[in-house]
Amino acid sequence: MSNSLRALLGFGTFAILLYLVGEYQSWNVALAILNLCIISGVMALGVNIQWGYAGLFNVGIMGFAALGGVAAVLVSQPVIEAAWAAGGSGVLISGVMLLIVIGLGFFTAKRLQAGWFRTLSMVVIILGGYFAIRQVYDPAVLAIEADNPAKSGYLGGLGMPIILSWIVGGLFAAGVAWIIGKISLGLRSDYLAIATLGISEILIAMMKNEDWLTRGVKNVTGLSRPVPYELAIQDNPRFIEWVEWFNSSQLAGFTGEAKVAALRSLVVEGSSIFVKLCYAGLFLSVLVIVLILCVTALASPWGRMVRAIRDNEVSAAAMGKNITRRHLQIFVLGSAVVGIAGAMLTTLDGQFTPSTYQPLRYTFLIWVMVIVGGSGNNLGSVLGAFLIWFIWIEAEPAGNWLMQYATQWMEEGSGLKRHLLDSAQHMRLFIMGVVMLTVMRFSPGGILPERTNTTTIKA
Amino acid sequence: MIDFLNALTLFANFVLIPGLAYGSQLALGALGITLLYGILRFGNFAHGDTMAFGTMTVVLITWYFQSIGISFGPLPTALLALPFGIALTALFLILSDKLVYKHYREVKAPPIRMVMASVGVMFVMNGVVRFIIGPNDQNFMDGERFIMKARAFKNATGLNEGLAIKSSQLLTVVIAIVLVSALFWFLNKTRTGKSMRAFSDNEDLALLSGISPQRVVLVTWILVGALATVAGVLYGLDKSFKPFTYFQLLLPMFAAAIVGGVGHPVGAILGGFVVAFSEVTVTYAYKKFLTYLLPTEYAPDGLMQLLSTDYKFAVSFIILVVVLLVKPTGLLKGKVI
Repeated sequence: MSNSLRALLGFGTFAILLYLVGEYQSWNVALAILNLCIISGVMALGVNIQWGYAGLFNVGIMGFAALGGVAAVLVSQPVIEAAWAAGGSGVLISGVMLLIVIGLGFFTAKRLQAGWFRTLSMVVIILGGYFAIRQVYDPAVLAIEADNPAKSGYLGGLGMPIILSWIVGGLFAAGVAWIIGKISLGLRSDYLAIATLGISEILIAMMKNEDWLTRGVKNVTGLSRPVPYELAIQDNPRFIEWVEWFNSSQLAGFTGEAKVAALRSLVVEGSSIFVKLCYAGLFLSVLVIVLILCVTALASPWGRMVRAIRDNEVSAAAMGKNITRRHLQIFVLGSAVVGIAGAMLTTLDGQFTPSTYQPLRYTFLIWVMVIVGGSGNNLGSVLGAFLIWFIWIEAEPAGNWLMQYATQWMEEGSGLKRHLLDSAQHMRLFIMGVVMLTVMRFSPGGILPERTNTTTIKA
Repeated sequence: MIDFLNALTLFANFVLIPGLAYGSQLALGALGITLLYGILRFGNFAHGDTMAFGTMTVVLITWYFQSIGISFGPLPTALLALPFGIALTALFLILSDKLVYKHYREVKAPPIRMVMASVGVMFVMNGVVRFIIGPNDQNFMDGERFIMKARAFKNATGLNEGLAIKSSQLLTVVIAIVLVSALFWFLNKTRTGKSMRAFSDNEDLALLSGISPQRVVLVTWILVGALATVAGVLYGLDKSFKPFTYFQLLLPMFAAAIVGGVGHPVGAILGGFVVAFSEVTVTYAYKKFLTYLLPTEYAPDGLMQLLSTDYKFAVSFIILVVVLLVKPTGLLKGKVI
């Protein structure tokens, strides 16, 4: 079967599944699934850039996605003047001091000869800098967090449209990826995996504890939206007219009071569908742009070089390619795409809750998407993201139902039955793991394998 | 002088003893990682969940023993259940090797493929553990809790500060010493152990000398299962058993293995203690300690804590970064690339 036929079949299946959910559950649920599918698709593209193009194993996708969430908060929330007055300058000064300490440290490391004197001065600079920064930073943070802690207690953001944060989130993620890549690329290939695992845990810990920045576990709720609010469009006469026209056949059966009530409930439902469609349009345009960029890049000379490096580092190096530099570039690019998707996700949620970032959901699920979809194939990753997210969401009711069915012969109220029913949700992890291992083992290319141009040279 | 002794006791109670116990637990965990690194040549991301799996089997068997009235006197019943847990975990690991890793070894896949496969195995193990025992905290410590209680120490010495030693802490250190000595004896003195080291040093040469790779792999997985289960059970006895915490132990254990030098058993032990003591000393609040040592007018106001406990992962991470930047081979020369 050719790849394009497979792609058509895959996306077709997805469309049918979504239609079934829309008809039999509700269109609201179907669109909610679709929106998250698209965001997962962007995230999977980012991971595919790293793994599929270059064989870089990033186990910290969660951290980069969360950085996008931070960007959403910092860009869109209103400036909180009182907090800035209380400790803004302190935080800024400590930031500058941090830069100075890092600069001094690098200067010492580069300029001085290796030896006890350099080690000693490094230790003095780092420890001295640390304590000096804490002297400025701690009181500033205390002052910020003491300012109206129930409602704000943080610096707020820049008060700009939240859609800008999608770019900023990408930049944040790229910055962190650059640092991590600088440290761990060029060493053993699994060091990058360990380093990304570590940084993602630390980023989440920071978001939970640095209340002055993102309110920590108190969460930031009510983020501004790039699309209209449901309540606002429900009273819009044009929208009501439009809903009436759309559902005219259904409304024909009602008269008088009943018709008004029926129309009202249709308008309420329609408004939420309309908002979700707006989101879907925005997300889909990002997905399409990223996808086109990825496909073009992979088909370009740069893409050929990257694949050559992946397939044989030694011969690529012999051809004069700088492998570590290319790897760093790809790692930064891929992380930036994940950061964009993270910002989109927080925009959709309308709130930033650090405690919801779980590695299984944000790191490993995305991996399953890329591997099942087809590593190295951009469209494949997107397809994988769509299908896996759909399965992930629908597996819970299906698993519960299966478990009900499997345990119906057991006697009511037995401990084992209750335990099995309670644990059904954990089967999702198990199934995802088995899916990932099976695909890796028996069909390493995934649903849409990478297309390689094989030209046979005639002798 | 009394102040000095008080400060010393305080330090021993909150830094030295917990650090020693935690270090032994990490060392055992890192030993498992480093053995796999050395012999099968990949970083095993499923190690934290292997520990969770092993501990889970031990917890379940302990509960069974308790229900039929078997106990180990003053020692925790979990120790009786330990051999069974090790056997089950080793079986599970050998099964995972047969089903997953063997294929990648045969096709000589790059190490990163093995790492990814281990992530898949981690997923499966995580699911199994959560399915069987659930994601919540389980306490399975029984027997005598303390060897020395803080109050008894205070009464005996007349100091203000108490020194408490939990039996789980002493057990951890003793068992770690016994297990590590047995492991080193095995690796250095027995025929199988020597063949494992030979295999780790130079695979081709080892194969040429007639060493059976299947046997080496099998023994490695059994050792890894034993180390992981013991480390997990000791950690669980000392703190409590929660599957997610075990997943999070992955980072300190990897840091320990890399600090010591990958594939180097002595290095793993050294690394375990380096990571554990850095974590404990950096996150300890020194306020009371300094109040004893310094004259009253210099007594500190703040907590005097270098880093809040929420950032304890950051410690292992920073250690990792420093090692990668300064000495990628680790303290004792390990394998790089």
